[in-house]
Amino acid sequence: MTKKKKFKENFLRNIPLLLMALPGIVYIFVLRYIPIYGIIIAFKDFRIHKNGFLYSLMTSKWVGFKNFEFLFKTQDAKIIFRNTIGYSLLFLFLGMIFQIIVALLLLEMTNRRTVKVYQTLIIFPHFLSMVIVAFFVYVFLAPNEGVINNMLMAMGFQKIEWYMEPKYWPYILTIVTLWKGTGYGSIMYLATITGFDQELYEAAVIDGATKWQQTTNITLPLLKPIISIMLILGLSNVLGADFGLFYQVPRNIPMLNPATNVIPTFVYRALMNMGNIVMPAAAGLLQSVAGFILIIVANTVVRMINPENSLF
Amino acid sequence: MSLYKLDNKLLDTVALPRRRRRKNDGLTIKPLTNVIFNILVGAFAISAIIPFLMVVSISFTEESAISKYGYRLFHTDFSLKAYEYVFSASDQIYRSFFVSVVVTVLGTILCLFMTSSYAYPLYRRTFPFKKFLSLYNFFTMMFSGGLVPTYLVMTQLLHLKNTIWALIIGGALNSFWVFIMRTFYSTTIPESLIDSAMIDGCTEFKIYYKIVLPISLPALATLGLFTAVGYWNSWFEALLYIEKAELVPLQYMLMQIERNIQYLIDNAHTLDTQQLEYMRANLPAQSVRNAITVIVVLPIALSYPFFQKYFIRGITIGAVKG
Repeated sequence: MTKKKKFKENFLRNIPLLLMALPGIVYIFVLRYIPIYGIIIAFKDFRIHKNGFLYSLMTSKWVGFKNFEFLFKTQDAKIIFRNTIGYSLLFLFLGMIFQIIVALLLLEMTNRRTVKVYQTLIIFPHFLSMVIVAFFVYVFLAPNEGVINNMLMAMGFQKIEWYMEPKYWPYILTIVTLWKGTGYGSIMYLATITGFDQELYEAAVIDGATKWQQTTNITLPLLKPIISIMLILGLSNVLGADFGLFYQVPRNIPMLNPATNVIPTFVYRALMNMGNIVMPAAAGLLQSVAGFILIIVANTVVRMINPENSLF
Repeated sequence: MSLYKLDNKLLDTVALPRRRRRKNDGLTIKPLTNVIFNILVGAFAISAIIPFLMVVSISFTEESAISKYGYRLFHTDFSLKAYEYVFSASDQIYRSFFVSVVVTVLGTILCLFMTSSYAYPLYRRTFPFKKFLSLYNFFTMMFSGGLVPTYLVMTQLLHLKNTIWALIIGGALNSFWVFIMRTFYSTTIPESLIDSAMIDGCTEFKIYYKIVLPISLPALATLGLFTAVGYWNSWFEALLYIEKAELVPLQYMLMQIERNIQYLIDNAHTLDTQQLEYMRANLPAQSVRNAITVIVVLPIALSYPFFQKYFIRGITIGAVKG
């Protein structure tokens, strides 16, 4: 039987299942694959034509890497790449350390009921939108009514104009990220740890291992697979950033840009405020391609060291 | 790929290991260590909800007291004025609430339908296209067109600007959850069940509707809860696609208020006194902004204790290869 015939027969026999998948197939094609095709905008002098998007996409002139040249000539380029990579790595490693520490603390505490309460409370921030989180931050940092400035004044210090000084923002953004994400991540690690074989620990105790030795010699090594997966995913997103965190929390204040402008906020502002299509498209393409390459490379490296720990 | 190896975490909550607790058994930490751990985690747990409690407290406070003492956790001048104002000053809060509810309900239903119906054929062993359709979906998790092409597709190709669908369509299928659901099906529904239903003359649609859907309700509940929270919390789509006041969801409404206030602060020196006075008079008071924030968070805060189990379940799904 030829391939074509076989395909036809398979197709006809599976029409009901194909029909079930059809909404998804169409959806993914229109909302994921057409935009992926649209990345060629980055290499074109894209102009919107009245015949529609696809027509404009195909008829716009190719300009090679010109858009990337423009991008790297802007004074923002250095800042946004530095900020994006810096924050990504900082949040990835610091976040992971905090999450694992909280997971271990939750695991070892002997009062089970309160641990349940802790679990419930610490994941709450994860389910709040960045609009809300930004509002909370403002309650603390507002120049006149803010909680922190009130406390500073009560203790006899000068108040600080948090929303005018970029130098504070790396710390503020880090604290917000840890506040929002640590609970969520720690529950994830905790769920992994609770799946470990308890006999390992009992055997270690018989050998005279202390609690600390059990943690460093059993728990942490067993966490390696999930840690490496988190690292692969995190590294692949090193040119990505949470738009909400960098746009909402600093209240879109231009003065703070040196510390808060990242690729996604740059892309958004260039597109919506300046009406520039090609330059943010070039920045977005770099982000997507770098992410794709990094996830493949990171995964290959991990697979070479230990195939069990790789993502795919 | 480990997505195939995902454990079936959908039915678990985090059960801590049962250990026989004896003093100095080597498995339990010392009482003093326990106290220290409790203080550390307890402080973090309190910090997780303090901001919300503070906003609740401010929203019930007399405006003059806020200006005098600033934001704090405990205020003495109790007042309901902020809420009276929010619910009577304009229709916008009702309209936005309505938009948010519609988007959340429609979006969640659509996402559950699309995600589960795409995942189901991928689980069927006999389906010859399952490899291709898995990859078709998986690739979009690794590589995306990014904001600019997506924005152009939404506005220039689909013409969804200033429609309610612009708020819904972006999240109508969750690629990651497709794999989670597929794994759920393959770990909870034996193929033999499907086969015997086939022999009894059930059609594929009937099998899906009568057998698969009922069995997968717990998984759909978790997915549905997370999707609903996601839609309720979404504002980015509104920022990109919505200009009409009648389509502004709650999150975006709060965002616009804060943006106007920040605009006023940033441009105070360039506006003349008349303009300033006009803008000040039209901007909501401190307590009102806090009251709006409470209203925006309330549905999540209220559902939280009831669905806590599902919230935790959804998180542990991320715990791959446990």
